[in-house]
Amino acid sequence: MNMILKMVFKRIALGLLTLLVISVLIFVGVEALPGDLAEAILGQNASPETVAAFRQELKLDLPAHVRYFAWLGGFLTGDLGNSLANGRPIAELIGWRFANSIFLASAAAVVSVPVSVVLGLLAALKRNTLFDKIISMSTLSTISFPEFFVAYILIALFSVKLVLFPSISSLNDHMTFVEKIYTITLPCLTLVLVVAAHMMRQTRAAIINILSSPFIEMARLKGLKQSRIIVLHAFPNALSPVINVIALNLAYLVVGVVIVEVVFVYPGLGQLLVDSVAKRDIPVVQASGLIFAATYIGVNILADVLSIISNPRLRNPR
Amino acid sequence: MMLKIIKLARKSPISARIGFVIIVINICAAVFAPVICPFGETEVVGDTWLLASADHLLGTDHLGRDMFTRLIFGARNTIAIAMIITILSFLIGTVTGFFAAIMGGWADLVISRIVDILMAFPTLIFALMVLSVVGTGTLPLIVVIALLDSTRVYRLSRAVAMDIAVMEYVEAARLRGEKLWWLMRDEILPNAMPPLVAEFGLRFCFVFLFIAALSFLGLGIQPPTADWGGMVRENAGAITFGIMTPLYPAAAIALLTIGVNLIVDWFLHIASGLKE
Amino acid sequence: MKKLLEMRSIYIEGLSEEKWYPIIKGIDLTLNRGEVLGLIGESGAGKSTLGIASMAYTRMGCRIRSGSIVFDGTELTEATAEELRTLRGRRIAYVAQSAAASFNPAHRLISQYSEGPVQHGIMSAEKAAGEAKQIYRHLLLPDPEFIGYRYPHQVSGGQLQRAMVAMAMACRPDLIIFDEPTTALDVTTQIEVLAAIKRIVREYNTAAIYITHDLAVVAQIADRIMVLRHGNLIEENSCREMIVAPKEEYTRRLLSVRAFDGAKDLDRKQDEVILDVRGVTASYTGNTNVVEDIDLAIKRGRTVALVGESGSGKSSLARVVTGLLPPVKGTIVFNGNRLSGELKRRTKAQLRSMQMIYQSPDTALNPKQKISKIIGRPLQFYFGLGAREREKRVLELLEKIELSAKYYDRTPMELSGGEKQRICIARALAAKPELIICDEVTSALDQLVAEGILKLLQNLQDELKVSYLFITHDLATVKAFSDEIVVMLKGRIVEQGPKEEVLVPPHHEYTDLLLSSVPEMDPDWLENLLGRRRKEGKISTVMDS
Repeated sequence: MNMILKMVFKRIALGLLTLLVISVLIFVGVEALPGDLAEAILGQNASPETVAAFRQELKLDLPAHVRYFAWLGGFLTGDLGNSLANGRPIAELIGWRFANSIFLASAAAVVSVPVSVVLGLLAALKRNTLFDKIISMSTLSTISFPEFFVAYILIALFSVKLVLFPSISSLNDHMTFVEKIYTITLPCLTLVLVVAAHMMRQTRAAIINILSSPFIEMARLKGLKQSRIIVLHAFPNALSPVINVIALNLAYLVVGVVIVEVVFVYPGLGQLLVDSVAKRDIPVVQASGLIFAATYIGVNILADVLSIISNPRLRNPR
Repeated sequence: MMLKIIKLARKSPISARIGFVIIVINICAAVFAPVICPFGETEVVGDTWLLASADHLLGTDHLGRDMFTRLIFGARNTIAIAMIITILSFLIGTVTGFFAAIMGGWADLVISRIVDILMAFPTLIFALMVLSVVGTGTLPLIVVIALLDSTRVYRLSRAVAMDIAVMEYVEAARLRGEKLWWLMRDEILPNAMPPLVAEFGLRFCFVFLFIAALSFLGLGIQPPTADWGGMVRENAGAITFGIMTPLYPAAAIALLTIGVNLIVDWFLHIASGLKE
Repeated sequence: MKKLLEMRSIYIEGLSEEKWYPIIKGIDLTLNRGEVLGLIGESGAGKSTLGIASMAYTRMGCRIRSGSIVFDGTELTEATAEELRTLRGRRIAYVAQSAAASFNPAHRLISQYSEGPVQHGIMSAEKAAGEAKQIYRHLLLPDPEFIGYRYPHQVSGGQLQRAMVAMAMACRPDLIIFDEPTTALDVTTQIEVLAAIKRIVREYNTAAIYITHDLAVVAQIADRIMVLRHGNLIEENSCREMIVAPKEEYTRRLLSVRAFDGAKDLDRKQDEVILDVRGVTASYTGNTNVVEDIDLAIKRGRTVALVGESGSGKSSLARVVTGLLPPVKGTIVFNGNRLSGELKRRTKAQLRSMQMIYQSPDTALNPKQKISKIIGRPLQFYFGLGAREREKRVLELLEKIELSAKYYDRTPMELSGGEKQRICIARALAAKPELIICDEVTSALDQLVAEGILKLLQNLQDELKVSYLFITHDLATVKAFSDEIVVMLKGRIVEQGPKEEVLVPPHHEYTDLLLSSVPEMDPDWLENLLGRRRKEGKISTVMDS
């Protein structure tokens, strides 16, 4: 057990280190710009006042490492500075949007994970049957679709033709939970379709890989029932790869929300990031980028930790 | 060699043939765009969002340009850029990947850690951030995506090359005193081709979808250049009026990606069959 | 005697590139209760396929096309899946080659043992666990009360193999299929497993089909032997008669392999030392040494055999000599010059005069290169030969390794195992080496093919006066082939000297164990050996030492 704790600890430490390096990258990336930062970003014709405000906001007069630690320190204490575009505190801009994004991604995860694991499992068990072929053909098509294509097809179908769901998913705090769910139906469905296809294919591959191992042949030759082979012999060994698949796709969801949010004008962090990039609102871009990175890395760490714990060889060391 | 390809093609399943036809049509559209198109790429020919008619096969877009023409030119721009990026990313990824696998030790450790960090960062977010700093434009777009994508190619090339580098024929070449370049080009590359070719198809799809996504977000290929992702964005408003215009370029993206995926699937199937 | 299993005109096919080709071409097989049948043959003989077909099972991509399999009165080819399931494990059990891969890593040994009897409704889990411990004790597994509570990856290979034999016995089956159960093991471990199998099969009067490529191994256990080749039955006879009086030419050749005698031209008294290794210690990690304090000398035109089991450090020593693993301590003098420990620091001439041949010719040849390039490259690299001279020289070399010129344009994939190993020899010869390191060069090959390779190496040595460092675990080859013998154990040399001295008693305890563990073509050999070891109270395994 000690060894496992050690591995888990090591993985978490590595993740945090990676995050730290990324925060440096995010910060330095802006520094590395040729010429004067303010001019490069605001353009040659920016008014002197804007330039001055910009310099002050980014505290450009201080040395780089001082600014980095100030920035990072602020980040940890919840003070993210102010937006260049409208001067409002970034924490305020980001807070509820981030919650919205997480809400959307979680809703998509809750639907897609069970569905795709079950369907992927069934496809693997019924390999080369009609069912398997239909699954693999339809998932192959779906992973080829850009998210916005799926989104617009859903809009054309469910909100223009059938007028069932709104094509614009604007949330506000006064909505009840059910209303919120209703509002995000289409963006959620888009995410589910895209991510479930990937997850099904990978689950199927992982299960097939396990089913072809010699110990499964041994279980068959011991005269065990098919159901027992699947549940007691294949499943415990498939757990680790399948968990990995799920987590990888959850990490993908975190990022996948960006496009879907733009299509449905959903007030999430992705929408904010895209807007800020267009406006070159650097502090907001930095802050939301770091939050995305942290979430993404967090999910990946979780995946690795779970897959370490669920690996029977590691759980019972020599 | 040619004979072998023809023989394989004869035995190919229907899905692979469909994929092949899709790709050929797209390439023809891209190459002969100026010949095929009835109008200029940015020529305004009529009213906004006209419905499909004999003159305008797919109607017109939000500025009254011929949608069919834009779609053909879009094939040219989008496919060409995606191709350039994929090739560039493979050049960088395979060379560094093979290098790390052969050298091992410190070189491998350093490159791999850098790649780990780059990969720990979601590609789309990274691209967005870089583009916010360096600004939009075709050249930064190509460089940024190629660099980011090469990390994936690096991972695969390194893994494949690692499997090959432990083979005794590579050790025999090392013991003979062969230099790095020979090991990479003559010992490892020929044996790494099947997975790399398949990966090229998949990476192309990914890059292609990625550019489409960036353009859709308004940060990729800039107007007035016709490009499928951007065309979806420009015409997105039409959908709420029940006009299907934005779906055409989106469908074109999906179709080409499916085509490539079908071929890759078939290729993987043959490659795994040969191994047994 | 009562018939237990009767297979009639069995045809089995395998699928390759979407075509069915025959694997077993109409074989009859009969087995009586309590009888042990040995199925032997070289790779591709179909022995494994036939063996597992006795439970009406085929691997993926194979099918039984026709024939009848009657087990204890039941026709298995017409049985339902459910009928087969209740038969498998309960009345017919299977022991695979690799126990490490065949045990489920997620469950303890003892629960995998009891699973069969419990699921087949024979006994309760408690009773099964009790019996498991009994059988573990019977099979001389260490700590039989508790070893069952370990996970598969927590016990050693030989122990795991015995645990699998125990698992097969769990339902007291009428028939057990042993599919090369000792092939992956070292000789000293092989003895233990073999003895365990023999004991348990006799004790419970279980019928068995024992599949192997090694005639001497099967001779210890089988009552009757069937020799297969290319899916056909070559010869069938009782074990003793087959060994004393084989009827078919092929069987005779299989039997004679172990008697290979490299008649040496003993005139060539050479005392010039070509490779001198002094006090070499090496380590992969820096903590534990894989080889320690090695002294070794090879004379020109002579063969030094380096013998040891897996983990003895013999291959690591080869890596030190070739420069792949720089030593921590010690010197290597080659041809009078001191060699650098690092490959990169060695000159082209030094690299040229020391060549290597590997165990597995499949991985030693680049599958994407033609034979002309494989053999031609050293010629170009070391001697700078132009295209025309290169072609001429490659053809000469092909002749030397007894292959025709038509191989020039082929790729390794079109060649058989033995042909590939010849190409590896030609590639080594192309460099005009003075020393060739042969790392288990015959152990991946079938016996007859291996014999051909040894003869070729012997002829080449007589002709070219090249020296060999011959690394092997197979003592039979050593006896026939070497001039000097070096025995390694756990990274150290335990004994070395001229062949005549090392092979004649008295020798080091470990050498004795190693030598006595090589199965001999005598059905009583195992019994006698075990009896002798018991009497002398000697160690029976390396693990105990």
